[in-house]
Parts: sequence; structure tokens; C-alpha cells
Amino acid sequence: MNNLSAKAAAPLLEVRNLRVEFPTRRGTLTALDDVSFSIRAGEVLGVVGESGAGKSMTGAAIIGLLEPPGRIARGEILLDGQRIDNLPREKMRRIRGKQIGAIFQDPLTTLNPLYTVGRQLQETILTHLPMTPAQARARAIHWLEEVGIPGAAQRIDSYPHEFSGGMRQRVVIALALCAEPRLVVADEPTTALDVSIQAQIIALLKRLTREHGTAVMLVTHDMGVIAETADRVAVMYAGRLAEIGPVREVVKAPRHPYSAGLMASIPPLDRKVEHLAQIDGAMPRLSAIPRGCAYYPRCPHVFERCRVERPDLIDAGTTRAACWLHDPASEKQVPFSGTGSTVHV
Amino acid sequence: MSDTARSQGAGQPPMLEVRDVARYFDVSRPLLQRLLAREGKRTLRAVDGISFAIPRGTTLSLVGESGCGKSTVARLAVGLYGTTRGEVVFDGNDLSSARADAAQRRRMQMIFQDPYASLNPRWRVLDIVAEPLRAFGLLPDRAAREKRVGELLTQVGLSPADGQKFPHEFSGGQRQRISIARALSSNPEFLVCDEPTSALDVSVQAQILNLMKDLQRRMGLTYLFISHNLAVVRQVSDRIGVMYLGRLVELAPSETLFEAPRHPYTRALMEAIPDLDMTGRERIPVGGEVPSPISPPSGCAFNPRCPLANDRCRRERPGMTRAGATLVACHAVEEGRDRQ
Ligand SMILES: Nc1ncnc2c1ncn2[C@@H]1O[C@H](COP(=O)(O)OP(=O)(O)OP(=O)(O)O)[C@@H](O)[C@H]1O
Ligand SMILES: Nc1ncnc2c1ncn2[C@@H]1O[C@H](COP(=O)(O)OP(=O)(O)OP(=O)(O)O)[C@@H](O)[C@H]1O
Ligand code: SF4
Ligand code: SF4
Ligand SMILES: [Mg+2]
Ligand SMILES: [Mg+2]
Repeated sequence: MNNLSAKAAAPLLEVRNLRVEFPTRRGTLTALDDVSFSIRAGEVLGVVGESGAGKSMTGAAIIGLLEPPGRIARGEILLDGQRIDNLPREKMRRIRGKQIGAIFQDPLTTLNPLYTVGRQLQETILTHLPMTPAQARARAIHWLEEVGIPGAAQRIDSYPHEFSGGMRQRVVIALALCAEPRLVVADEPTTALDVSIQAQIIALLKRLTREHGTAVMLVTHDMGVIAETADRVAVMYAGRLAEIGPVREVVKAPRHPYSAGLMASIPPLDRKVEHLAQIDGAMPRLSAIPRGCAYYPRCPHVFERCRVERPDLIDAGTTRAACWLHDPASEKQVPFSGTGSTVHV
Repeated sequence: MSDTARSQGAGQPPMLEVRDVARYFDVSRPLLQRLLAREGKRTLRAVDGISFAIPRGTTLSLVGESGCGKSTVARLAVGLYGTTRGEVVFDGNDLSSARADAAQRRRMQMIFQDPYASLNPRWRVLDIVAEPLRAFGLLPDRAAREKRVGELLTQVGLSPADGQKFPHEFSGGQRQRISIARALSSNPEFLVCDEPTSALDVSVQAQILNLMKDLQRRMGLTYLFISHNLAVVRQVSDRIGVMYLGRLVELAPSETLFEAPRHPYTRALMEAIPDLDMTGRERIPVGGEVPSPISPPSGCAFNPRCPLANDRCRRERPGMTRAGATLVACHAVEEGRDRQ
């Protein structure tokens, strides 16, 4: 990204103080609280974190598809400097697909079981690009090949249920990319895929960022994929950002105790262990998030202040972490180790 | 696997035995279209003649490219699909025979690859998790059932109060945990896990894998495990089967497979694992086109992508041969020209 002009380096996507609420019979749940980050053109932001932390919810808010009764209660979302969180439904629908491509975690909700995959691709292409149906069909086959569907020309007239889980996932990826959007929100795009196809999809995403300046928000649990693809990483916990920073720093030298616990849980590839490292306990339920730091019931470094006061993102060397250990005013400081201010678990 | 589980298994038939099983699908276009285009019937050989056995209290994992037939094997193993050829024997009884009914089925459960499609959206989580208990008439007392469900939800990192909610109120990984709790509810002896942790973050994944290992140690559970994540596979497996285009190409003890992979496809698979160390190493995807299971290549199905392929490979399909503790289907290995 070093050769991009100053204008292109301005953020393509900006999320400011986003708060998403779910009114329920048992009271209002806050699913996202004060989430802020940005993504530049040509940049990949990886998003990781506890299952249920709000990663998909963040993606859904950006593409304007929060499931009711969920709603944006505070904050704003800007694409290229323009607010998109308050657009009329029809206008947002046009931005989705053309400007923003979405790859959902659940391939079955994206694919219509009644239509062939070819027809679905062709329709998306015709909606957004000036092409004849024959051109659109050729384009659809091209995209199926790009995502590695064997015998694409033969299988384009298949129905979704005739494909394996990973093949359906690839069709969803093709659907999101075929109109050549500027921002791709990809929620677990490679989870159902084998390592080889995964490598191919990642190479494809990287090529799009390099050659077309596409910005990507990549939600995944696969740290290997993050390490290879992302420029920066955001770690989420209980509806908030726990840490955000350059990929190497966050993965190799995390500053937030939750990030550190998460990275320590990555199963080793080079040996078999009796018991995998894990973070004991569970993330608090949305209805019972504690007053101070949401991580304190599980945190090995917890001290007084954590139980009463909620930390915002604080500068922590090269990353920013929502943890009181990094506040010079705290009575307790980072347990320093050889790698700078890395927190150890 | 613990020694007690192993000694219990001695002398008994394997928990599951799959003998030369095949499953084909008819993927022809509708008759009229077919006549117009003058094309014949098309058969897709999702699984084409595979054999393996899983001793009690052990874990066999299946790995291989997307679409190679792993989920189809999983469904055959619990009797959700009938076989086109061959037999599936569960604890000594052929699954397709009449005897293998409710009594057999309650001893096996499956965690499905797709946690969305497999949870009934109109049921509360409590009823979803308790469904196997009700189906098999276990724990007829409602309070006892609810207590059991609460324990199961806690075991998978959710809370008993989550039982009152509906599936759409949960994230992807939380739904996957619900389906794990359901599969465990009837205390099965044999569990088929199709990508059970793919939607989970690594920390919850570690909790679930530790739970599965713990259940195996304490209760001698038998697992058929499917995952694309080879690091996860290494942590849970006793033996690993590598599939390619509907067939097993290598079957070996887990550590042997990782330390000394023999089949050229297995080796290529290991090369393609993502690199966490950010050395900038370019991953080497398995080269060449993934062949179509509708018209597989002649001879060895891997030959168009194999660096060791020769004329014999294009002509003759390799059978399984033994090489140490490994079973492998490759002419080059058999001829000893894989290590030159
Ligand atoms: N319709 C809903 N009603 C109430 N709560 C909801 C609803 N949908 C999601 N939630 C809650 O919002 C939280 C965030 O969910 P989200 O799907 O964003 O998690 P996630 O980080 O994507 O997790 P995963 O990694 O498991 O996919 C979860 O705790 C979930 O239970
Ligand atoms: N009901 C069906 N009708 C037609 N074809 C099918 C059906 N189910 C599976 N197939 C085909 O059989 C092959 C094997 O599918 P299967 O789901 O077993 O693959 P898999 O190894 O589990 O892949 P993945 O890793 O993507 O889940 C695929 O080519 C798939 O398209
Ligand atoms: S603020 Fe306190 S409890 Fe929270 S992560 Fe930091 S040290 Fe742990
Ligand atoms: S049989 Fe031949 S083509 Fe097949 S894997 Fe072995 S060497 Fe390669
Ligand atoms: Mg999600
Ligand atoms: Mg599958």
C-alpha cells in the first residue's frame, strides 16, 4: 500500500462509536458498545474474538442488514466519507452488491435453494454491470473458476443442495465478488474450505486488494489465515474492541490479556499435546456484562480498578488495548517481559 | 486414548466397520432438457469404494479436499444415507439390516457440518438439546431432563438460561455449541463430528476439544472426526484417513501421517497449511485442476496433479498396499520410486 496516493489512503470505511441494541422482553441488550475502527482502500482488517463477541453483528451493521429488532442506537458508519447507516432501504440495497460485497457466515441464507447457482450469479451480475445475459453467464463461469469450482462450465446449472458445504461457500464468495465491490465484508469466508482452496481464495482476495484497491473486513477464527492476509487485526470481546493494531504485533505480542489467552489457545501443528491451553470460564452473557472490564472474571491480571471502571482503548506500544494495565495512572502495570509490553498468560 | 479404553476394546468387534462402501448420486438434468441437449444420465461418485474400521474408544479422522466425500461418509456411517454398494457395520450389525433400528441408533449421534441448517428455528434450545432424550424415551421426567440440558449447555460454555431462547438469538459459534450439546445429550457411544469446531474461536475450540478428549478418556467414546484444520486433527486423532475424490488414498496412525506422509496428495496437503509465523512463505496450493467427480480421471484419480505420475498411473488404479504402519494407494510408493 506504500504507493497509494494520500487521497486513497484516507479511510474507505469508518465506523465511529457504534452501538447496537436488541430490545427484548427481558430488557434491552447491548450487543455492540462503542466500536470504532477504519479500513483504508487496499487494506485487509482481520476481526477475531470470542464466539458471540459481536463480529458478525458489526458486519451486519455495516452492510445495513441488522436483523430486527436489532438497531443502531448510537454512532455512525461512513463509506468514502458519506454516512451509510441512515440511508433509506432502497438506496442501501443498491450500495450493497455494487459498493459493498458481503460474504455471510451462513452460506445457505445467501443462496436461494430454488434457483441454480448459475442463475443466481447471472442475476447479480446483470443487476450491477452492463452486460448481455450471455456475457453474464460467461462471467459467472469465470467467477466459479476463480473460486476453484471444478468443472465450472458443467456444474453451473446445479442447485445449491447438489454442492458440498465448501463448494456452496465458494459460490457465496463468487456472488459477493462478481460485481467488483470496493469494500468486501467477509464473515468466515474460508471456514468450510480445505487448506488448498483456502489458499486460493486468500490469494484471490489479496489480488483484489492489490490490483483494485478493494478494502476487506475479514472475520475469521483461523489465525493462520489472519497472519497471512490481514494488515491489521481487531480483537473483540463481549461487544467491544479489546485490542486493535498491526497483525504481527497482535498475534505475536498481544497487549490485552484476552488477546494473549486467545493466541495461547491456538492448537500446535507440530506436536500433539495432552491438554490444550484454554481460557477457563465463559464470556459473560449480554444481559450480565459486569460493570468494569468485561474480561475481569477470567483475567489472570485483574486488580481493583478493573472491577469498577471500564477501560477504553489505550495506547499500548504499537497497538491499542482496552486494558488498565496500559494506563500509566493505574496502580498496577504491565508485567513486562522480553518482548516489550507483551502480556503473558 | 487411554489404556483402559484400549483394553476394553480387545476382542470386541470394532465400533464401526466400513467395507468397500460406495455412494453415487444421480445428477442428471431433467429428462426433457437432457433430450434436447442429447446428453445421457450423469452419475456423481461421491464415495467410491472405501474401507476402514474404528476400534472402540478411538478416534479416526478424515481429511481431504472440499467435495472429496467426507460428509457423505459421515452420513453413511450413521445410516442417514443408504449405500450404493458395500456395507456399514456398527458394533457387529449391518446398519442396513432390520435389526439395526432404534436400539442401535440411540448409541450413535452426529454433529452436522452446518449448524444453521441442523437446528429447528421454531424450537427453543431446551427442546432442541433434549430432542434425542425424548426420541429415545430417556429421562421421561421433565425436571430431570431440564437439569441435564442445563448441565450440557454449561459444558459447552453456554448457560442453562440459554435454554429458553431460539436459535436465531445466537451467533454462529454458539449455535455450533448447541448442536454439540444435543449430540451429547443421549450419552452416545459413537459420535460423528463433521467440522464440529469450525465456527468456534480458538479458545472455545480448545474447551470443546478438551471436553471431547475427556469424555473419551472417562467413557470410552468412539469418534469419527472430520476437519479441514490439520492442527486440530493432530490433537484428537489416533488414526487419520486421507480422502481424494471419493476414495481413501492413505490411512495411517496420526503421528506417522504427520511425521512421514507417504501419498503425494497427503504431502501436498501438508505443504498447503497456512503459516502462523508470518515468514512470508508463499503457501503452495496443490497444483492443477481439482477433477470433477462426475468424470474422474482414469487410473489414479490424482494423476493429473501428481509430480510422480507415469503411464501406469494414468492406466491402472492403485490398490491399497501396506508400507510400515501406513496403508497407501500409490504406484510410486509401491514401486519405491517416491523417495528418490
Ligand atoms: N436476534 C438476536 N437477539 C438477541 N441477541 C442476539 C441476536 N442475534 C445475535 N445475538 C447476540 O449478539 C451477540 C453477538 O453475535 P454475533 O453473531 O455478532 O457474534 P460473533 O462474534 O459473530 O460470533 P461467532 O464467532 O460465534 O459467529 C451474541 O451474544 C448473540 O447471542
Ligand atoms: N445430495 C446430493 N446430490 C448430489 N450430489 C451430492 C449430494 N451430496 C453430495 N454431493 C456431491 O458429492 C461430493 C461429495 O460431497 P461431500 O459433501 O461428501 O463433500 P465433503 O468432503 O464433505 O466436502 P466439504 O469439505 O466441502 O464439506 C460433492 O461433489 C458433492 O457435490
Ligand atoms: S482491565 Fe483489568 S481485568 Fe480487564 S483485561 Fe486489563 S487487567 Fe484484565
Ligand atoms: S499412483 Fe501415480 S499418480 Fe497416483 S499418486 Fe501415486 S504416483 Fe501419483
Ligand atoms: Mg459470527
Ligand atoms: Mg462436508
